[in-house]
Amino acid sequence: MKTNPNTNLTRREVMSTTLLAVGGWWLVGPESRAASSVPNAGRAKAVIQIWMWGGPCHIDTFDPKPKAGYDYCGPLDKDIPTNVDGIRINENLPILAKNADKYAIIRTMTHGINAHETASYVVQTGRKPGDGIVYPCVGAVVSYFKGYRGGYKGLIPPYVVLTRPQGRFSEAGFLGNRYKPFATGGDPSSRTRFVVEGIVAEGITEERQKARRDLMLGLDRLRAARPSDPAIQELDQADHQAYELILGDAGKVFDLNQEKDELRDRYGRTKFGQACLVARRLVERGVPYVTINYEGWDTHKQHFTAMKRMLPELDKGFGTLLEDLHERGLLDTTIVWWSGEFGRTPRVQWEPPWNGGRNHFGRVFCAVVAGGGFKGGRVVGETDEKGEQIVRRPAYPWELIRTMYVLLGIDPSATLPHPQGRTVYVSPQPNEGYEGGELVTELL
Amino acid sequence: MNPWTILNRPQVWSAVGVAAVLFVSAVTRADDVVEDGPAQPKNRIDQIVFARLQQLGIAPARNCSDGVFVRRVYLDLIGTLPTAKEASRFLNDSSPDKRARLIEELLVREEFADYWAMKWCDLLRVKAEFPVNLWPNGVQAYHRWIRDAIHTNMPYDRFVRALLTSNGSNFRDPPVNFYRAARDGDPIACAQAVALTFMAVRPESLSREQLGGMAAFFTKIGIKGTGEWKESIVFFDPNKVCTNPAVGPQPVFPDGTPAKIPPGTDPRVVFADWLVRPDNPWFTRAIANRVWYWLFGRGIVHEPDDFRPENPPSNPELLDYLQQELVNGRFDLRHLYRLIANSQTYQLSPVATTDSPQATANFAYYPMRRLEAEVLIDAICMITGTTEEYSSQVPEPFTWVPRTVRSIQLADGSISSPFLEMFGRPPRDTGLESERSNRLTPEQRLHLLNSSHIRRKIEQSPKLATLYSLRDPQEIAVRAYLTVLSRYPSADEQQRVREYLQNGPARGRDAVIDIVWALFNSSEFLYRH
Repeated sequence: MKTNPNTNLTRREVMSTTLLAVGGWWLVGPESRAASSVPNAGRAKAVIQIWMWGGPCHIDTFDPKPKAGYDYCGPLDKDIPTNVDGIRINENLPILAKNADKYAIIRTMTHGINAHETASYVVQTGRKPGDGIVYPCVGAVVSYFKGYRGGYKGLIPPYVVLTRPQGRFSEAGFLGNRYKPFATGGDPSSRTRFVVEGIVAEGITEERQKARRDLMLGLDRLRAARPSDPAIQELDQADHQAYELILGDAGKVFDLNQEKDELRDRYGRTKFGQACLVARRLVERGVPYVTINYEGWDTHKQHFTAMKRMLPELDKGFGTLLEDLHERGLLDTTIVWWSGEFGRTPRVQWEPPWNGGRNHFGRVFCAVVAGGGFKGGRVVGETDEKGEQIVRRPAYPWELIRTMYVLLGIDPSATLPHPQGRTVYVSPQPNEGYEGGELVTELL
Repeated sequence: MNPWTILNRPQVWSAVGVAAVLFVSAVTRADDVVEDGPAQPKNRIDQIVFARLQQLGIAPARNCSDGVFVRRVYLDLIGTLPTAKEASRFLNDSSPDKRARLIEELLVREEFADYWAMKWCDLLRVKAEFPVNLWPNGVQAYHRWIRDAIHTNMPYDRFVRALLTSNGSNFRDPPVNFYRAARDGDPIACAQAVALTFMAVRPESLSREQLGGMAAFFTKIGIKGTGEWKESIVFFDPNKVCTNPAVGPQPVFPDGTPAKIPPGTDPRVVFADWLVRPDNPWFTRAIANRVWYWLFGRGIVHEPDDFRPENPPSNPELLDYLQQELVNGRFDLRHLYRLIANSQTYQLSPVATTDSPQATANFAYYPMRRLEAEVLIDAICMITGTTEEYSSQVPEPFTWVPRTVRSIQLADGSISSPFLEMFGRPPRDTGLESERSNRLTPEQRLHLLNSSHIRRKIEQSPKLATLYSLRDPQEIAVRAYLTVLSRYPSADEQQRVREYLQNGPARGRDAVIDIVWALFNSSEFLYRH
């Protein structure tokens, strides 16, 4: 951590502010903590994770620096006020500006890693690589605690990814195959139908689906020969569940034609916007964890052209999601978590071959959280006037993730089943040498 | 004339339809497609297994049919389906020793080396990056060395000795990667990897003293870089000092005997001398049991990498016998495969006579298991004549894989496909057999039944185009069954196929596609049986 020469804070002052902010967890040790005493602990039932795949620029979104000049802002040099006094965000996010009371912005997320894979791993697991263990990401941990073991009974798998999975660096880790996400594939903004892989088969009528199933069962001699075999029972059960989704009502959750046109328009008729709407429908039906993998934020070149197109799209989808969840009374129990793996270099690379691009920036980035017990209308941390350095309150991925776990009623010091019997905690414990404090208490 | 030559020429189908019909009715005499007569002991394995079953009062399953056998033995020995031609050649062979001859043929197939290299690469954690760093170059070299060792049938004791005692470059002396995969030669990690991989003992089953004593053999492993990017040299470094307090002060063998290390001798060599001895049960039992587990999906000691006093073998005499055969055969693993595959126990039907867990633990039937991710997608690709695309999450130079490469041939655990990930390919993080998940999940089921990925393969298959153009129900049934299930359809099955083609909701090509789809989604296709 480095203090900014333009502020009056010394390093010592920064440290003490940090410790105050986090309640001094590292000083008191784990046994005296009581996660259940945190306000709203256990309130959240579900998480919608908006994964800004590639790393969005913090100063172009939730930490605007309009005075930094053209070399930093390019054409995105205007910010706007929000409905919360003192909080300003980029002018291309007007719907989000009207809803700032619903979310908190953490402007000083940091891990210092500039490679996509490792940064994604750290932000999605709250763990650093290097000790020989591959940790599960938050989605897998939530699906472990709040999926079928935790009383979830839905036919839709408890951990859904819209639409393309990110793969190994953000998945089940040592928890194994059962906790991998169900990736929908397809395009929810399709004019006709959201073709969810495996659930919707285009061109096959319901009548033919049924006839095919009957044919398959009729021809399966082995299945008939020993119905009590564990393998056959597993197959029967998987068939039952699969066909409930293919032919039954459960799969209708993905049918956006059931939504009003006006609402679909409000979300934006984009892949991202309609994915946000699907996420709301999933959470409404009890699915505990939904990830929207929002691609296209790794803008090394033509950054500003891309932002002009994507920021309004982000605004409509994310902003409407917050409004819609709020209007339906779901925001209270649903955490919405917006973050990428890192930020982007505040100073624009105008030179060839980038010609106006931004590079990876793990030193500072923004995360936004809303709902599920998180207090809205706040900002945590402060960066310097160019968005290059943390001035106050560095926030680490593991602190934020630990705070989410507490709101979800998941004990951060519970253990996870490790295949080799190693003792692995849900979240890093004080003796594991992680920086920062226990929780982001400012959000509670 | 070989009947297949008729089957293989589409234009002949209509021209000699009558002949084909006669031929078909001649070979589909048995309505029972799974079993063929009572079980008959064939070798020493059967004597031991059947005696134990008799003791328990459990009747073994019946002998499996030829149709079941041909599919089973291809999948188990070479991880590859028989082609329709190979299946029909076997089924139409009337010589009494045809099962034994087929086993011999398979043991020398190229795919044998591919498939078992894949299994060994799982155990040895052959993966470019994360959480261990073998690096892409090292992985390719390591995989090639492992595959060559299997291909040339290197005796198992020599194979293990090479892994334990090699020195040199991770790119040029591939077995040194064994130590790189064990957290860069950390003595505790090395001892744990050796115990798990070659003694089938899990870290938690070793006492602190055993682990410390073993780790002391691995304290003189030096690793240094070279001028080449990501190359490193593993070497014997007599002056290396280990400060980890968990490592014992002196090397002690796992049986409690202190080791004498002559001056200037690499302690790894002393350990390897102790380990790979024919009279070392830690060594011989582990591999004999593992080979059995690989062919049955269940170990005599189960799980196969969990040897400890509280987890005894279900049939000690059987394990003793296999161990003895291994030693008599001078650590020729193919000899074990051959012995097991020729036994009646291996050739039992998958239909158990009882639900008793004792029947499972004592091999009273052949247990059904879902095909492994790689084998399953390879089978689908082979039948449909389609290919897969692979990619890596880590930036590396070998991500581009030619389309002709099958999944079982992939060298690097970091190179994968969404299908392989969904169907439980092991991440190669721990070296545990249980890392591979062959459980069928509802998500996998959806993918097989209805995904665009699998539908595209079936519906747009270049290889099945001829089949889809056929209209005679009997021809369709015979071809589809031979191609997808490696056997002929029974009379009842032919009747059901005809019924669907004539009265189902789909017509023409679509109806034939539905037949093929149904067979792909049957338990007979998805499970070893």
